[in-house]
Amino acid sequence: MAKEMIKGNTAVAEAAIRAGLQAYFGYPITPQTELLEHLSARMPELGRPFVQAESELGAINMVYGAACTGKRVMTSSSSPGVSLMMEGLSYIAGTEVPAVLVDVVRGGPGLGNIAPAQGDYNQIVHGGGHGDYHMIVLAPASVQEAIDLTVLSFDLAEKYRNIVAVLMDGSIGQMMEPAELPPMQPLNTETPDWAVRGTHGGEKRVLTSINLDPPAQEVMNLRLMKRWQAIEENEVRFKGYFLDDADYVVVGFGTAGRISLSAVHAARDKGIKVGLFRPITVAPFPKDVLDDLTQNVKAFLVVEMNSGQMLEDVRLVVRGRKPVEFYGRMGGVVPFPDEVLTEIERLVEEPLTTEGHPRDRWLSRLAATIG
Amino acid sequence: MVIADVPTKIVYERPGVLDPRVTHYCPGCTHGVAHRLVGEVLEEMNEVENTIGVASVGCSVFAYNYFNIDFVEASHGRAPAMATGIKRVLPDCTVFTYQGDGDLASIGMGEIVGAASRGEKLTVIFINNANYGMTGGQMAPTTLPGQVTSSSPTGREVSRQGYPIQTAELLSTLEGAVYVVRRSMHSSREIRRAKKAIRTAFEVQKHGLGFSLVELLSTCPTNWGMTPVEAREWIEERMIPAFPLGDYKVSSAVAELKF
Repeated sequence: MAKEMIKGNTAVAEAAIRAGLQAYFGYPITPQTELLEHLSARMPELGRPFVQAESELGAINMVYGAACTGKRVMTSSSSPGVSLMMEGLSYIAGTEVPAVLVDVVRGGPGLGNIAPAQGDYNQIVHGGGHGDYHMIVLAPASVQEAIDLTVLSFDLAEKYRNIVAVLMDGSIGQMMEPAELPPMQPLNTETPDWAVRGTHGGEKRVLTSINLDPPAQEVMNLRLMKRWQAIEENEVRFKGYFLDDADYVVVGFGTAGRISLSAVHAARDKGIKVGLFRPITVAPFPKDVLDDLTQNVKAFLVVEMNSGQMLEDVRLVVRGRKPVEFYGRMGGVVPFPDEVLTEIERLVEEPLTTEGHPRDRWLSRLAATIG
Repeated sequence: MVIADVPTKIVYERPGVLDPRVTHYCPGCTHGVAHRLVGEVLEEMNEVENTIGVASVGCSVFAYNYFNIDFVEASHGRAPAMATGIKRVLPDCTVFTYQGDGDLASIGMGEIVGAASRGEKLTVIFINNANYGMTGGQMAPTTLPGQVTSSSPTGREVSRQGYPIQTAELLSTLEGAVYVVRRSMHSSREIRRAKKAIRTAFEVQKHGLGFSLVELLSTCPTNWGMTPVEAREWIEERMIPAFPLGDYKVSSAVAELKF
C-alpha cells in the first residue's frame, strides 16, 4: 500500500481495525479524540461493536468484559482518562486477559493541559493500578511506528494474555505525516479455550481476579512474574543510531527520542561522536543493551518530556559506572533540538560526575532558564 | 406400611443450574432464593448453556460459585459496563448482572445509568437490602431514614446523610430501559411474583427489546440484627412503604410479549 498523509490518532485507529480489532470502547478526551471519532464511523461500517462509554471507568470495564470473551479489544484515552482506567487495568491484569490501551499523553498533573508530554511514563510503565503486574509498553516516535506498534500490540497481548499499552504523546497523536497502513487482516473467529462464551455443553468457565487464599494468590503472582520474565527475554525492542563509535549516548523514547535524533545529527555535523538509544519497549526496558553501552561510552544524556521518569530506569542499569545527565521539559512544553544540542555540547565540554543526582543538576539549570 | 413402600414422586428439587454446595450466605438471607429464581428461569427458558453471568462486589461476589454457567467477576459497580462489553461482542448470548444496592446504586450509578440509557440488551438482578452487607452493614444509598447501621449509628439522619435512592423509579425514566420493576422476597406470594418478573426480564433480553431490571427487596438479618422472620416483617412494614412494589416501566413492546 502507498504512503498517505495521515494523522497519528486516525492512523492508530485504522491500524487497529486492519489488525482485526473486534470491539472498541472509549470516551472522548483531547488529544486522543480523533482516534475514537474515526472508530465511531469505521467500526459500525464494518459491523463491529463501537461504544462511546459513559466514562473512562465504563470504557475500560467494557474492554474487560469483551476481553473475557477472547476478542481483540482496545480502548484509548489521554492521561487523566487513563488515571481513571487504572482500576480496570489492574483487574484485567489480574484476570490474565489480553487488551490494548493507547495513551496519548498530555501535560499534567491534574487537568493539566492538552499539549504533548511524557508524564505518564511512571503510571504506565511502573504500574498505576494496584497489585503486582506489568504491562508491555510500546513507545512510537512517528506516525508510521505508531501504526506498526498498534498492529504488534494485539499480537503481543494475545501471545502473553497481557495488557499492551501504546504510549504516545499528543504530538504523535495530532501530527500528520506520510505513513503506510497495513493490509486488512481477517477477523479471528476462534474462541480461546479460556474465554467465556456460554457453556454450550462444555465445561463452565469463570474469569475473575479474586483469590481469597493468599498462598493461591501468590502462585498466581508468581505465574505473572514468570510470564514477565519471558516477555523481558523475548520482546525487548529499541532503535540505536550512531552507536558504533559513540563516546556519548542520548537516551530518549517517543517524541523526545525523535527530537534528540535531530540534535544528534547536528552534533555529528560538529564532529561530536554522539549516538541515540531509543527504547521502543519502555517495558520491558532494554536493560541488557544499555548495560553493554555502559561499558563503551563516556557519558549518557537522558532526554524526556517529563521530570526524569525513565531516567530512574537508566540509572538502575548504569549504576553509577558512568556519568548520567538529564534534560527534560515538563507540563506540555516540547524541547527544541537546539536545547538538546546545547546539552550534548555541555556533556562534551564540562566536567562530568557520577556523584549526586542528575535531576538536581537539571533542576537548578532549568530554574535559571524558566524561573 | 413401611416408609419405603410409600410411592414417591419428586415434586421439588434443586435446579441443575445451581451448584450443590453450601453457600456463604447468612441464615435467613434471601440471596439464595434470588439465585434459585434466576436458575429456575434460565432452565425453563433453556438458556443455561447460552448465558454469561456478571457477578459484582458485595455479598454476591461469589455468585459465580453457585451457578453452573460461565461467569465473570466485575470490579465494584462496573458490572453493567463489563456486561455491555460481553453482550456487544456476543449478542446471541444471554448476559445478566447480579448486583447489590451498594454496588449498583452508589459506586456503580454511572455504569447502570449508562447501560440503561443505551438500551443495552442486558438483564439486571438488583438486590436491595438497605445496607452494605459484605462489609458489615454500613449505610447504603438505600438505607431508610432513621435506619441504624454501623456507619449511621444513631440512625440515618436525612439532614446530614441524605435520602434513599429509589433505583427502579429513577431508571424507569430512561427510554432505553424497557422493563423496570420492583418485587420483594418477604413472602411466598411475592417470591412467586418476583420469579415471573425475572422471567419477563430475561424474555425481554431474548427478544432483543432493550434493558431490563428487576429490583428485589431482600433481607439481611445478620446486619439488621433481626431473626429471619423479623427481617421479612421489616421488609413488609418498613421497606415497602419507602420502596413501593410495582411495574415502573413496561414498554408497549414488552407488554405485548408472549412467552
